Amino acid sequence: MFRVVKRTDLTRRKSATFRLLAILAALVTSGVFLMLLGFNPLKVYVSMLDGSFGSAYRFKEAIIKTVPLVVTSLGIAVAFRMKFWNIGAEGQIIMGAFGATYFALFFNQLPAVVLIPLMMLAAIVAGGLWAFIPAFFKAHFGTNETLFTLMMNYIALKWINYLQYGPWKDPKALGFGKIAMFKDNALMPKLFGIHMGWVLAVILVVIMYIFINKTKRGYEIQVIGESENTARYAGMNVKKIILSSLFLSGAICGLVGMFQVSGVNGTLTYQVAGGVGYTAIITTWLAGLSAPVIVIVCFLFAVLQQGGTFIQTAFQIPASAAQLIQGLILFFVLGSEFFVQYRLIIRDGKNPEKVKEAA
Amino acid sequence: MEAFLSVLTFVLIDAIKAGTPLLFATLGEIFAEKVGNLNLGVEGMMLMGAVMGFSVGLSTGSPLLGVLAALAAGACGALVFAFLTITLRANQIVSGLSLTIFGTGFSSFVGQKLVGEALPESIKSVFKAIKIPALSEIPVIGPALFNQDILVYAGYIVAVVSGIYLYRTRTGLNLRTVGENPGAADTAGINITLYKYIHILLGGAFAGLGGGYLSLVAVPSWQDAVTGGRGWIAVALVIFVTWNPYKSMLGAYFFGGLSILGLYLQSHSPIPQSIFDMLPYLATIFVLVMISLKKSKENCAPKALGEPYFREDR
Amino acid sequence: MNNEVYIKIENLTKTFGPVVANNNVSLEVRKGEIHALLGENGSGKSTLMNMLSGIYTPDSGAIYIKGKKVSFRNPKDSMALGIGMIHQHFKLVEVLTAKENIIAGQKGTFFIGSRKLSQKIRDISDRYGLAVDPDKKVYNMSVGEKQTVEILKVLYRGAEILILDEPTAVLTPQETQSLFNILRKMRQAGCSIIIITHKLNEVMEISDRITVLRKGETFGTVNKTDTSANELTNLMVGRAVDLSINRVEKKNDSTILKVKELTVTDEENVKALNTVSFTLDSGEILGVAGVAGSGQKELCETIAGLYPVASGVIEYNDENIVGKNPRDIIKMGISMSFIPEDRLGMGLIASMGMVDNMILKEYQNQKGLFIEKKTAKNLSQKLVEKLDINTPGIYHPVRQLSGGNIQKVLLGREIESNPHLLITAYPVRGLDINASYTIYDLLNEQKEKGVGILFIGEDLDVLMELCDRIMVLCNGEVTGIVDAANVTKEQLGLMMAGEKWEDVIGRGA
Repeated sequence: MFRVVKRTDLTRRKSATFRLLAILAALVTSGVFLMLLGFNPLKVYVSMLDGSFGSAYRFKEAIIKTVPLVVTSLGIAVAFRMKFWNIGAEGQIIMGAFGATYFALFFNQLPAVVLIPLMMLAAIVAGGLWAFIPAFFKAHFGTNETLFTLMMNYIALKWINYLQYGPWKDPKALGFGKIAMFKDNALMPKLFGIHMGWVLAVILVVIMYIFINKTKRGYEIQVIGESENTARYAGMNVKKIILSSLFLSGAICGLVGMFQVSGVNGTLTYQVAGGVGYTAIITTWLAGLSAPVIVIVCFLFAVLQQGGTFIQTAFQIPASAAQLIQGLILFFVLGSEFFVQYRLIIRDGKNPEKVKEAA
Repeated sequence: MEAFLSVLTFVLIDAIKAGTPLLFATLGEIFAEKVGNLNLGVEGMMLMGAVMGFSVGLSTGSPLLGVLAALAAGACGALVFAFLTITLRANQIVSGLSLTIFGTGFSSFVGQKLVGEALPESIKSVFKAIKIPALSEIPVIGPALFNQDILVYAGYIVAVVSGIYLYRTRTGLNLRTVGENPGAADTAGINITLYKYIHILLGGAFAGLGGGYLSLVAVPSWQDAVTGGRGWIAVALVIFVTWNPYKSMLGAYFFGGLSILGLYLQSHSPIPQSIFDMLPYLATIFVLVMISLKKSKENCAPKALGEPYFREDR
Repeated sequence: MNNEVYIKIENLTKTFGPVVANNNVSLEVRKGEIHALLGENGSGKSTLMNMLSGIYTPDSGAIYIKGKKVSFRNPKDSMALGIGMIHQHFKLVEVLTAKENIIAGQKGTFFIGSRKLSQKIRDISDRYGLAVDPDKKVYNMSVGEKQTVEILKVLYRGAEILILDEPTAVLTPQETQSLFNILRKMRQAGCSIIIITHKLNEVMEISDRITVLRKGETFGTVNKTDTSANELTNLMVGRAVDLSINRVEKKNDSTILKVKELTVTDEENVKALNTVSFTLDSGEILGVAGVAGSGQKELCETIAGLYPVASGVIEYNDENIVGKNPRDIIKMGISMSFIPEDRLGMGLIASMGMVDNMILKEYQNQKGLFIEKKTAKNLSQKLVEKLDINTPGIYHPVRQLSGGNIQKVLLGREIESNPHLLITAYPVRGLDINASYTIYDLLNEQKEKGVGILFIGEDLDVLMELCDRIMVLCNGEVTGIVDAANVTKEQLGLMMAGEKWEDVIGRGA
């Protein structure tokens, strides 16, 4: 018989140990799985790492995958701090991409120094507004935001689908449903071979850390997350803070859309977000909403995804195997959270004193 | 007029067909949410059901085994979710999303060898439309409702039985109590953990069946990501029908109809299909907002939805 | 009375983390008796009963039911042996009917539509005089009705041993009487009843035997006929206490707050406050009495600018503050502290430390974008010393402090903001007697400084001793504003139940 007791005395090191153990357990489980398929799991894992660190190009690829995850997680973290379950990052990324693409397509006569900031601004506004809509209904009528933001993702997705196969279809694409490639002045400049988004991501990590921990608005957000009543009691304008913070949350996610169309793909497709919005929810949660930790978790995720693509070519293991392993790791890490927060006490009938001591 | 009616009948037939996988998944999610767990892994569970149903159907040639495999695969996915959220008290949203990631990976991994394979005649023939005498003679709706395959009929039965189960039986009452107020359920001696496990698993099985319907009946050959986001529509549908199994029939066929209508009107109407595809989500948002505007105590999400419960919390 | 022993509890111990809630507790309950479990808040009564009803599992010790040793894994086990618990916070599903709430979790026919079920419920309610409509939805019920449903629930389950946790806390004195009548009927029918309370007068009225709990330990069981209220108080607090609180004489007569015909309505358009009028002077403590939910919370929140006003005027230093936002009202020197039932709901941020809690109301006066915490840090240190707050550190989450310390943090912060008007609701909720006196002293200190204090309290004795005047609320209406020195508890009780002061004057004395 077990008894569950909440931990009160957990050190940071201990909780890190638990998480590492969970990842290890997940790797062992998926290792067994790979073995059943006739592969040497160690070799697969090593080559997965090789896929991210094996060459400068692969490392760059890993960073390119890290950037959207980090930035999206930062955006989501703002909403989650207020216990506003914004699971609409996917849609906010898409709409950000839409905003940026609009200017890339229709204002392409502008010089890059004007066009790029304009696209960025459009992405911020579009993403922000996409989050603002559910926030408005939440703040004024208490509409469930989890489900609302989820629905918004699909509306955004279908909207781009419509544009891609409809009005924005490139007439030169021989009937293919695809939007024209951006001209060079609409592409983000590169630094060390990676689009400038990574620089912005680094800056954003620092800014968001300071914003949450050192500013008045950050303090207000934390208080609202703890108790809306307390916030109102302290004279905060809760609605206004929710609305502006959600705009911020969506705006940051919208920026990711800009990175992807202008920095990575050079055009807009309805797959622009590609599940980043959902993965980022998980990374944000696992990182405990903390900006610096988000960087670490997102990088690990990117390595995993990059490794997945790599083993496909190296071992002819389908990339979906990596997705499967990713799912397994998530299960284990989520499960390990329990052991971080609680401890099990084995009830020992013969020795009650010991139980008391352990408690 | 006659021509119009016959077109209408065709649209209805297809709407019900398209609505059936949604119906199963929606009923499943209703059970999960009614015991208080928001499972966002529906898409993943459907895919698991689709691929296992197809793969077992293909290798055994047995429609029954295919359906059973789909049910079991969905339930297995739900078991992981249940274990994480109930026993290990993990966050429901994150666990559900993880399940979707896992299920998507699982189905394309298992399914990559199946791409392009078609099911044997032994299965296809079982899932052919079966006319129900007399009833199918009713004008317009008769052929739509009563000239369908066996799983569509199963859908009618499951929806009605689910409704009766939920509202008229003792276990149904108990499970609603668990989702509304676990504290009350606990003091009433209801085994919360057991109720949650059973109904989340049941929900997963239904989601798996919904996926299986797609791969075994609707598209009787394998294609990757066969669900195409229907799992998320099911999540939306649960809200649209305000957690009511009876209404879920209408809702599922309506949403199914919307997707069909887009196809039908593709060449004739100025409204493109993507816009039709948007409608279910817009309609769901509309219902969501209406629920919050009315502030009524009825027709709401179960009160304890999303909240973990355990007894010695203090 | 029969001497057959129904329940025997031997040396039960239960700990929560570092807190020992029950330590070697023993108790015996006989058939056909009403047994009072008396103790202050936090003395471990609820923990003990939660173990008896299978909600908590004891760390050590034994429970015997009718002579047989038992161990409960869950509430079901306890229920199977005839133990039924009626919780202070009702465990009812709002969207279900009374009947559905009653039969949930019970064995019986698979389908639940049958007439027989309703009939069985009616039979039980007739037998004990419980009036409730089986088909009424719980969200349409009054507090009294909900409690009746709770009682019906356990009776329907065939309980022979009823545990009632603070059953009268939310009832008017009149509702309390009808509850007691029901309990007496049950006793006659051979049930055993355990009633948990800290109200001495009720214990003396209803119980046969009394067991006193103090700081998680039992201090013997006595027959009611062999004891007195005084003796019980001594047992409860562990030493003879002087029940009297110093009443500081009020010095001046300048009015600081004038409320005229204040009416507010809640979400369902019910009047939560109905034409409430009163005045409060500087250096005066005006007490507010009333059954829980009579409009106290709304009154506090309305003055603090948190609740919309339907009509009426609130004049603070001759300025109407209706329509001002909470921030401006805080700046004008009005402080409101409301200790809710969970103690942390409003006013403090549970997961933050003292320092971050000190900033809560003050940060808005800071200039610029960034937040400055040095002042708050100094203030925290000052409060820890001045009020003897027991905390591992000023950055330690306040959630993990004990109730008394949490309240000291909250009230300390409010007083340090140098308010001119202090509104405080239930500041001693859940505190032991010593901590309560610290709070009373703090309030009196403020009174002497000329602060006007609106004190919303639960305990009538305290209200009568601490306050200058008492205003009684019932269903959002003022039933009387009386001089605390010239009123009896019975009169207050009648007014709490809705009678006007003009009608009760000269009665019940």
